[in-house]
Amino acid sequence: MADVRFNHITFHYGKKCIFEDLSLTVEESQIMCLVGPSGCGKTTLVRCLLGFIKPETGSIYVGDRCLFDAEKGIDVSPEHRHIGVVFQDYAVWPHMTVLENVLYPMKKMRLPKEEMKERAHHALEQVRMLGYEEHLPSQLSGGQQQRVAIARALVSSDEVIVMDEPITNLDAKLREEMLTEIRLIQHDIGTTILYITHDQEAALQLCDRMAIMDRDGKLCQIGEDEDIILRPANRFVFEFIGVSNFFPLVRENGHTYLVAGEKFLYDECPPEIFASGKPMEMGSRLNDMVFDDQSPIRGKITRSVFLGSEYVYFIQLGNREIRMQVNALDVMQNNKAEEGQEVGLRFLQPRYYEARKEDHDESA
Amino acid sequence: MNLRRTRQGTSDLAALDGKTFSLDKAMTLVSFVLLFVIVFIPIFMIVYNAFFYEGHLDIEMFKTVVFSQDNISAMTHTVIIGLSVTVVGTIIGLFYAWLLGRSDIPCKNLMRALFMIPYMFPPFFGAMAWDMLLSGRGGYVNTWLMNTFHLAAPPFNINSLGGIIFVEVSYYFPFVFMQVVSALERMDPTLEESARIAGASQGTVIRKITIPLVTPAISAGALLILISSLAHFGVPAILGFSKQIYTLPTVIYAYIDRAGGSFEGIRQGAALSILLVFVVTMALILQKVVLSSGSYDIIKGKSMRPTLIKLRGAKYPLLLLAVLTLVLIVLVPLIMIFLEGLVKAYGLPLIPANFTLDNFHNIITSKQTMDAIQNSLFLSISAGVLCMFLGVMIAYVVIKIKPKGKEILEMLSVLPYSIPGTVLAIGVILSWSGQLGISLYNTIWIILVAYMARYLSFSMKSASASLQQVHPSLEEAARACGASHTESLKDITLPLIRPAMVAGFFLIFLPSMRELTTSILLYGPYTRTLGVQIFALRDSGQIPQASALAAVAICIIIICNFIVTQITKDKKGV
Repeated sequence: MADVRFNHITFHYGKKCIFEDLSLTVEESQIMCLVGPSGCGKTTLVRCLLGFIKPETGSIYVGDRCLFDAEKGIDVSPEHRHIGVVFQDYAVWPHMTVLENVLYPMKKMRLPKEEMKERAHHALEQVRMLGYEEHLPSQLSGGQQQRVAIARALVSSDEVIVMDEPITNLDAKLREEMLTEIRLIQHDIGTTILYITHDQEAALQLCDRMAIMDRDGKLCQIGEDEDIILRPANRFVFEFIGVSNFFPLVRENGHTYLVAGEKFLYDECPPEIFASGKPMEMGSRLNDMVFDDQSPIRGKITRSVFLGSEYVYFIQLGNREIRMQVNALDVMQNNKAEEGQEVGLRFLQPRYYEARKEDHDESA
Repeated sequence: MNLRRTRQGTSDLAALDGKTFSLDKAMTLVSFVLLFVIVFIPIFMIVYNAFFYEGHLDIEMFKTVVFSQDNISAMTHTVIIGLSVTVVGTIIGLFYAWLLGRSDIPCKNLMRALFMIPYMFPPFFGAMAWDMLLSGRGGYVNTWLMNTFHLAAPPFNINSLGGIIFVEVSYYFPFVFMQVVSALERMDPTLEESARIAGASQGTVIRKITIPLVTPAISAGALLILISSLAHFGVPAILGFSKQIYTLPTVIYAYIDRAGGSFEGIRQGAALSILLVFVVTMALILQKVVLSSGSYDIIKGKSMRPTLIKLRGAKYPLLLLAVLTLVLIVLVPLIMIFLEGLVKAYGLPLIPANFTLDNFHNIITSKQTMDAIQNSLFLSISAGVLCMFLGVMIAYVVIKIKPKGKEILEMLSVLPYSIPGTVLAIGVILSWSGQLGISLYNTIWIILVAYMARYLSFSMKSASASLQQVHPSLEEAARACGASHTESLKDITLPLIRPAMVAGFFLIFLPSMRELTTSILLYGPYTRTLGVQIFALRDSGQIPQASALAAVAICIIIICNFIVTQITKDKKGV
């Protein structure tokens, strides 16, 4: 058990800057999810940690061990870093049996035979793969191979395990199961886990803390999941975690209007946001919208879709078709809005951001 | 904390940046040096020696050699034979590929295996057999026909351009056959089915859908035939020498043979080699032009079940035709070689009264022959093992390490593939007989170097294909589990590509065992190879002895092939 610290890491691929001066700490015995869109540099950071690529500046520590320090010229080779890893494609060696796969890291540590057996047994027990010891990976399903990969990571390090999109290749139901299992295993043994994913829902389900990385490899926000959902640090985090509608705002004659083809009066908006003089936008999550007959923002329901736990309404608002999510329970308690019905809309917890030039009129 | 115990000492300081000499760098360097020495130097030496003499430009010799009447006729023969063999071989290969891949003809798998057989044997064995059967007045069939039908002249003459073309076709058509059969297997049958549904007739589907889709496979196979035939030595040497029909490879051999190792002869050979390379290059360009007209990515990797075309009434006549073809190209030459190996003296009728095992006994007692077998075994195994490891190393460098200039590595390693064996041999002679300070002439090592240059690309291709299947994360997972770079290669990568390595070994071992084209130019008094010995025995008129030795060679090849299929079948979990 140890914490993982990245200090001021900079890395370029050729001329392309992947990240600059990045610092991140994964607390001891926690699951930290590093979340970001595909291609933002999450995997690159993992490869820095594992020692497959070398950052240009900064240092990496696991507990009190220095794995890399550009200034001191320390660069521990991958085999001496002792970090368990689960790759996206499992990377279970196809020519070895399940047991051989799990024993391999311990063979490299030259542990005594008895201890190896015992720990392999324990690891396989934790991932519920006992009884498959002599199987070859080709005889296992994707989910089972994944468990083997996790068991292998468990025995190779009891300090830190890195998981790089480990469940992306599994089907939805299995994904749920694996997430629960990873959580349980971590709870039992207390290993520090750095979990990399682009899937914010999986991240929310699993993590103690989250780090959100934007497209340019910058860390936008690090915090607990509630924090990130309720108090997103910037527009990127807000848009990335959850789905939202965005509307341009205009200020005319002391009133604020929401623009969607035509203008809707929207005076709930605090006028201070226009202080900078730049064009502004309002964003609202799909499930932060409610019907309110008093509201001057009026649209027409074109379609409603039932998704089991919630309803999705498609609403024609001016020239825009926007979506809105309502909890199924709420719908049952109140009445279900009919298609074709005219409704007034109110936005709870709206957020105001400077408008982006490229997508001034587009919902996120 | 039990992990920490093992970690002390080896960690942090051990891997200070720049202090360790990396394995990757070493492999990259060795690959470059090896390919430079083995491939680049010989090719460079040919060009240099053809145009330069004692350090200054000398085009005179080149002109005299190239424009001599004899050599022009040799070039014409080479081109005529090459083109005819390609056209006829492609048509035959295509026809049988379609018959076995797309029709409901019976005994498919058996016939497929039989059609591969000519690919295993050196064509010059076939030339020997057909020479015994159909040569002018001496051939068994000709004699029999003349006696039976009281003909004044022999009805067949294998010692002609037509004869050479016939024998080469029967050994080279499998190139197209194999390429097209596998392409047909991997082609999505719905493509053809949708054409039928759209109202196209069977014939139209074949012409408009099937053939265009397998065009890349056809042209790849045809090019292989063309290059092999242009560079081929054995068949024209055996069938053509007696009637003064020369091709470029046989003329080059004649030059070197006549010169008895003198430098002038080798230089003339080098000049002719350039001509041969020129012809082959034209063929390669031709293929590029043909191929660029359309390539398709519709052929998929996995095999599918195509709809078979019902032959109905034509089924049995076509089966008969296929069987007759097999008898003609496989059975007749094989039987002939074995029978002739049993006969007491060349020319005696092939009846049991004339049979003896003396010829086979002679093989064991003749030191020269046993030496030749030993040399060939030594050369084939060493070339196979060396090329297998070097091929894996170069493939690893090209595919996994990807250093700057990997394109040069790739090009150098596949270059000898399209360079005729004869030319390569001349390059090797020029490079390693003292001009550069190292003389291997008349030793077995010069043949080994030539084999390696010639066959390295085989193992490299087989290893690259296999390495591409090994995902980088497999090796990285091993590193993260505490394996050093070397250990991850040894424990993960090598075991995973082992089947390809074994296949690579035999891809080199088998052709080396029967090699003639290169060895005939490089052998010395004590370094005859199996192929050379058979050729030499026959050349000196000891035809039954040569046949007996060829029969032994055939047995060795069959046994080895059997071993290959057994080994490649057993792929553990890969």
